[in-house]
Amino acid sequence: MYEFFTTTNLGIALLIIGQCLLIVVPLLVALAFLLYFDRKVWAAVQLRKGPNVVGAFGVLQSFADFIKYVLKEIVVPAGADKFVFFLAPLMSFVLAMLAWAVIPFNDGWVLADVNVAILFVFAVSSLEVYGVIMGGWASNSKYPFLGSLRSAAQMISYEVSIGLIIIGVIITTGSMNFGDIVMAQDGAGLFSWYWLPHFPMVFLFLISALAETNRPPFDLPEAESELVAGYQVEYSSTPFLLFMIGEYVAIVLMCTLISILFFGGWLSPVEALPDGFFWLAIKIFFFFFVFSMIKAITPRYRYDQLMRIGWKVFLPLSLAWVVLVAFFAQYGAFWGTYARWTVGG
Amino acid sequence: MSVADYAFYLFALTTVTGGFFTVMARNPVHSVLWLITAFVGATGLFVLLGAEFVAMLLMIVYVGAVAVLFLFVVMMLDVDFAELKAEIAQSLPIAMLIGVVLLMELGTIFGTWVFADGAEAARQSITPAISEIHNTEALGLVLYTDYILLFQLSGLILLVAMIGAIVLTLRHRTNVKRQNVIAQMHRDPAQAMEVIDVKPGQGL
Repeated sequence: MYEFFTTTNLGIALLIIGQCLLIVVPLLVALAFLLYFDRKVWAAVQLRKGPNVVGAFGVLQSFADFIKYVLKEIVVPAGADKFVFFLAPLMSFVLAMLAWAVIPFNDGWVLADVNVAILFVFAVSSLEVYGVIMGGWASNSKYPFLGSLRSAAQMISYEVSIGLIIIGVIITTGSMNFGDIVMAQDGAGLFSWYWLPHFPMVFLFLISALAETNRPPFDLPEAESELVAGYQVEYSSTPFLLFMIGEYVAIVLMCTLISILFFGGWLSPVEALPDGFFWLAIKIFFFFFVFSMIKAITPRYRYDQLMRIGWKVFLPLSLAWVVLVAFFAQYGAFWGTYARWTVGG
Repeated sequence: MSVADYAFYLFALTTVTGGFFTVMARNPVHSVLWLITAFVGATGLFVLLGAEFVAMLLMIVYVGAVAVLFLFVVMMLDVDFAELKAEIAQSLPIAMLIGVVLLMELGTIFGTWVFADGAEAARQSITPAISEIHNTEALGLVLYTDYILLFQLSGLILLVAMIGAIVLTLRHRTNVKRQNVIAQMHRDPAQAMEVIDVKPGQGL
């Protein structure tokens, strides 16, 4: 049996499909409850009750919504480019899922243990902009097109600073593998994680992640008061659902990235306690809560302000930080905190 | 055939199909989308060669940035493609001639190309074997240690090109309202608004 799954082509294919399902299915189920949680937090901030009808306390609301979306009629606008119109939501869903292939959930719990994992995630998240551009263009409608142009400009701008922040982490670790990045943060519990040496970058990364995933206060692509709903206006039923799932999966991915890069992934904050998936889940959940709270309490930015912060504040700051970290790492400043190389160097 | 072989044919087919339809597609936006397909196929081929760092850079730089720029330009430009097609028809004989010459050159190379004896060794000597060193590290050593001067010089050339492009397109328009960011940030409620108690029936 073991040999069937490791030697024959069919066995290997089945094994890979099984592993993929093992990641995708729990992720989507967790997402259903995270969506419910998001709405509850938002409601609590606004002194509403939020979803409370379907199931106990409304926990099954997301599943009811799912059925509602799937059963609705798909409306294709006249003059739409049909192929691209349906390709766009698929792209945004598939790409959001793709990045999870290289995310480690525990020591060795990873689907594809590639040594450029962080670049893979970065590459895939830079492709996510296509779903938005294609959706906006293929709808053959003004508001979606304007929304998609805004979104594309925004995502490209903030990717640059995210990339530079990631480079700082790569310099400190000396590896682009997520497993190595987490293990480099092992040691004195909470205080050996990267949030301490890379302190200012944690906030920059969080804000860039908000902009990259089009979350408030940077939700200009969907600005409902000016663009109705941005690139999603013409979408209904399942294609809209795919866009929405893709967006939320990207948000959870960003939460996971923050947990792994700066908060030690699956490592426990206190040395005496055992490490494990449990800690990573708690960290992801915490950052999702932070994202929800930010959505609930911040007003929207003006578009020129958003672009100015991206290019004139975040880009120079993160670039300067890369130079600084490279300097610290080369000369072993702060007792080698910035140079945790296990290989090469 | 092993899994890697299947993957090779899949990626090779994707690249060739993408390239073919980039040329053949009638709609320019579709053309760019097919070009992206070709890029993704090429990325897969790089991964199969064991050059995953270059593969990811191709993905980030070409697909994530350059192709987005193409798509922007193609979507925003108002080009009459029927007119463009007519122009292409005029220059078709010359284009065909160039194509045939290129094809013949490729044909003569095929089968007659011989590597010099020292070529393989010369290529190998630049970096240590791929089994000893990670390809990202090998690339870093070549670019930033062995050939740092050439690398920096090429960077300078790009910088000059960029400054040139900015200088060419920069023009100062006088009667345009601009936002003064510093002034905006230093406004406070006391300066910006005034609370007036309006008596009913009087107005201001």
